Amino acid sequence: MELMHYIVLSGILFSIGAATVLLRRNAIIVFMGVELMLNACNLAFVTFARMHGDAQGQVIAFFVMVVAAAEVVVGLAIIVAIFRSRRSASVDDVNLLKN
Amino acid sequence: MSTGEDVLFWILAPLMVIAAMGLLFTRKAVHAAVAVVFVMISLAVLYIAQEAPFLGVVQIVVYTGAVMMLFLFVLMLVGVDASDSLVETIKGQRWIGALLGLGLVAIIVGVVVQVTFPPAVGLPADEQTNPVTLARILFSDYVFTFEVVGILLVTAAVAALVLTHRRRLEPHRGQKERADEKVARLPEGGRLVSLPAPGVYAQHNAMDVPALDAQGRPIPESISRVLRIRGQARSESSILESERDVMVEHMPDHSLLSVRADLPDTAGTDGAADAHPGPDARPDDGPPDDATPSGTESEDR
Amino acid sequence: MYLAQMPSLTSLASAVPAETHGASTDVPASLQAAPLVILLPLLGAALLLLLGRRSDRWGHWLGVLMSAGAFVVGLILFVGLTGLDTGDRVYDMTLFEWIPAGTLDVSAGLRIDPLSVTFVLLVTFVGSLIHIYSIAYMEHDENRRRFFAYLNLFVAAMLVLVMADSYLLLFVGWEGVGLASYLLIGFWYHERANAVAAKKAFVMNRVGDIGLLVAMMLMLATFGSLNFSEVFAQAPEASAGIATAIGLMLLLAACGKSAQFPLQAWLGDAMAGPTPVSALIHAATMVTAGVYLVVRSAPVFESTPTAQLVVVIVGAVTLIFGAIVGSAKDDIKKALAASTMSQIGYMILAAGLGPVGYAFAIFHLVTHGFFKAGMFLGAGSVMHGMDDGVNMRRFGGLSRFMKVTFVTFGLGWLAILGIPPFSGFWSKDKIIEVAFIPVDGQEWRAWVFGLAALIGAGITAFYMSRLFFMTFTGRRRWNDGSGSVSGAGPQDGDVRHPHESPKLMTVPMIILAIGSVALGGILAWGDMFVTWLEPVTGHAEHGEPVLAPWVLIVLTLLLVLAGIALAWRQYTVADVPITPPRGSALTRAARKDLYQDDVNEALVMRPGQYLTRTLVYADKEIVDGSFMGLGAMFSRSASVWRKAQNGYVRTYAATILAGLIVIVAVVLALAS
Repeated sequence: MELMHYIVLSGILFSIGAATVLLRRNAIIVFMGVELMLNACNLAFVTFARMHGDAQGQVIAFFVMVVAAAEVVVGLAIIVAIFRSRRSASVDDVNLLKN
Repeated sequence: MSTGEDVLFWILAPLMVIAAMGLLFTRKAVHAAVAVVFVMISLAVLYIAQEAPFLGVVQIVVYTGAVMMLFLFVLMLVGVDASDSLVETIKGQRWIGALLGLGLVAIIVGVVVQVTFPPAVGLPADEQTNPVTLARILFSDYVFTFEVVGILLVTAAVAALVLTHRRRLEPHRGQKERADEKVARLPEGGRLVSLPAPGVYAQHNAMDVPALDAQGRPIPESISRVLRIRGQARSESSILESERDVMVEHMPDHSLLSVRADLPDTAGTDGAADAHPGPDARPDDGPPDDATPSGTESEDR
Repeated sequence: MYLAQMPSLTSLASAVPAETHGASTDVPASLQAAPLVILLPLLGAALLLLLGRRSDRWGHWLGVLMSAGAFVVGLILFVGLTGLDTGDRVYDMTLFEWIPAGTLDVSAGLRIDPLSVTFVLLVTFVGSLIHIYSIAYMEHDENRRRFFAYLNLFVAAMLVLVMADSYLLLFVGWEGVGLASYLLIGFWYHERANAVAAKKAFVMNRVGDIGLLVAMMLMLATFGSLNFSEVFAQAPEASAGIATAIGLMLLLAACGKSAQFPLQAWLGDAMAGPTPVSALIHAATMVTAGVYLVVRSAPVFESTPTAQLVVVIVGAVTLIFGAIVGSAKDDIKKALAASTMSQIGYMILAAGLGPVGYAFAIFHLVTHGFFKAGMFLGAGSVMHGMDDGVNMRRFGGLSRFMKVTFVTFGLGWLAILGIPPFSGFWSKDKIIEVAFIPVDGQEWRAWVFGLAALIGAGITAFYMSRLFFMTFTGRRRWNDGSGSVSGAGPQDGDVRHPHESPKLMTVPMIILAIGSVALGGILAWGDMFVTWLEPVTGHAEHGEPVLAPWVLIVLTLLLVLAGIALAWRQYTVADVPITPPRGSALTRAARKDLYQDDVNEALVMRPGQYLTRTLVYADKEIVDGSFMGLGAMFSRSASVWRKAQNGYVRTYAATILAGLIVIVAVVLALAS
């Protein structure tokens, strides 16, 4: 079958993840959008690995997963810390650098 | 490549897209998390279909099982019932977001469509299993990256600790401080030693029967306050009497009987029982006065 | 021993006309004393200025002594020159190496020749007389010693000017006399008007100095040297354009110093200085420096007929201008100043006519020095007797009270009118005759300039007579404080007691009057003066004037007599009104110096002020404003751009995404 379909799917998921980042206010949901974007990239990597017959694509996808995990840890820790002091999980509230 | 894969893809892909849209549009955060979990599991399935079984399993175990659960934990910390109002605050952001999202899709799809992909070669079909292949590459070509990623994980863990660390605002209440507090509360009728766990010295497990302390004395506070107020708690003497009756009947040699000073010497006890009535021969009281103001008389059944 | 070699009259004139030729640097022993001429007054000035108040009691005598000493040395030089052959009378004496600057190698030196010695004698003689006069005139001034210091300084500078052997040294003297003039005009500087007048004189002189500087630069570029000998040797080979440029620039310098049109506006105001200053500087000597410059630069002017024509035009215009202005002035000194301006116009006119006129220009310069200085001293005497009043409408009938002044002034008056046999006749009439000679066969020039000179003579007669009659004849128009006795004059105004001046003032006046009477006749005997100057001016074969000389003499005399008669009728016979009558438009214009100040202000001063104001404005607005504006522009645009940071993360994310899309689209577009 056409591997292009996988790539297109990956692109669609990526865009939806990006739109989530732009449009949602809850920090955790924004983070989930970022995760969605990372997963879309993973899909693309795996597809290309299959296309070229080279397992390095999968290795890269693996690394992406690890790094994404680390990133989630730190990101959520930050959100928790912010939530503790501000009682709010909205990204719009961190606008102290305004103007 | 095969029709099975085709079918799989064409079933899963629309569902994934719908789930992703769900992430975008739901109001409750937990619903969004569930949608993302669905997407990730579907992705794992797709990985497995694409000759990457190791990655697929890792996707489920790490991503879905750890990362998304972490998300859910934090959601609960933050407030699981907090729902995001979908009203947009930044002017025009909705249009911009929609426009840019669609634009991005258009760009990517446009790029992709113009490319002619070579037919899928598929991974080399030698004897190695997928994890072995990956391991070979990982530990030879990418070993340095591997080590660095390890450091990254350690750093992330430390970072999480540091970021969520709360500072102590009051002095630490250690064992000494707690013991001092208990002693200080003694004059007001506080208790120094903790109560035994429920059922340790119990002879009965009814609700209206008081528990016994280590010396066999009943503890009035163990009865529910409501029963005490209503006067439905049973007194010890009646309990003890019935107890004795039973024990006399069934276990005449029971040591406990021999200890009881108020019991008639029917079991051929040794003089040891009489020798030291001791503190055990304290006359039973009824329930203390503070608990039963008017129900003292009516306690005897 | 040099005096034993008595110069015979004939040795001044030679049977063989001499040609101008280059100067010889081998200075004979008789002329070795030349530097002393300059050093004595310079020493006097230095001593009087440095010693300060300690020399107050005897300073003036030192000044007189130095000036007289310079005159004695000048006489020695004169005798020495006359003892030499007429062909050997031009010498350049090098004093010291001055500016050794590569190609410009200027040494300071003196040129000793008939022209310079003439000037030396004139300056030191008249100067010494005026020094003596000033002892009495400035008697009541506590700054008299400073006055003598400045007078000595002036004499030294003027002598440097006339004895220099290069244009550069001449320029040193030129500036020196300008400085002395400034110091002396503004001598009573506590009066603001005097300081302003001094400044005006200096600034207008500066304009002329630019001309001299440019001329020197051109000379240096073209001839490679500033020495007279080298410049004059190369002048005939210079291109017409360069020579004309040099000539016009020299003329500009002469106009500035000699108060010729268009730089004449300062001379009237310069009368704010003490009268001896007006006599010495602004009548006899400094204002004649311009004439000296033109005559000295004769070889340059002879290469450029265009410049010569301009010189003649300037002279003609000025002589008419001065005459018209002088006819309407009521201030005796200002009227005399206008007269000076006009007479120097005559000299410039003659100098522009070429070799035919040089000698007569200098001749008139010398005679004018005597009678004008004499008249100024007489005016000073009148002022002294009338408590420093200068308004002639308040004079009248003074002849009875100041007899010596009356007589000496009268002799000077007759001289300036050109009545024979007084000295003015010999010099001025010759100028009129030369003016009527066609140059290069152009008859219109002879008619135009000749008639201008002629008519100028008539007007001169009129206004000088007016001045004389208003002051000395007629009924008195001043208050003598004797009560209302009939014939006693008006009883309003300040009370005056006119009296004759002390001897120290009258004796110089008498000597100058003798000169006004006799000098002209003596010098004209046998063309003595002309031949004396020939080593410098060259012999000129001149053509015939378009009108016969005797006709010209008669015409001149007739005009002069008409002028005298008119003035007599108006100012002696008729009553002179004390308040000036309104007069015709010309009279009113002449009272305002023919609007010279208004013209200067409109043409030069106001544009200059606008220019400076514009430059200040430009500096503030454009220069300062540009970098301030640059800063302001940056801060304003920054405050606009700042609003793009609304603090919302999602906006920034949108920006990133948009950028990404744009980049990908561009790459796509470029790749396809």
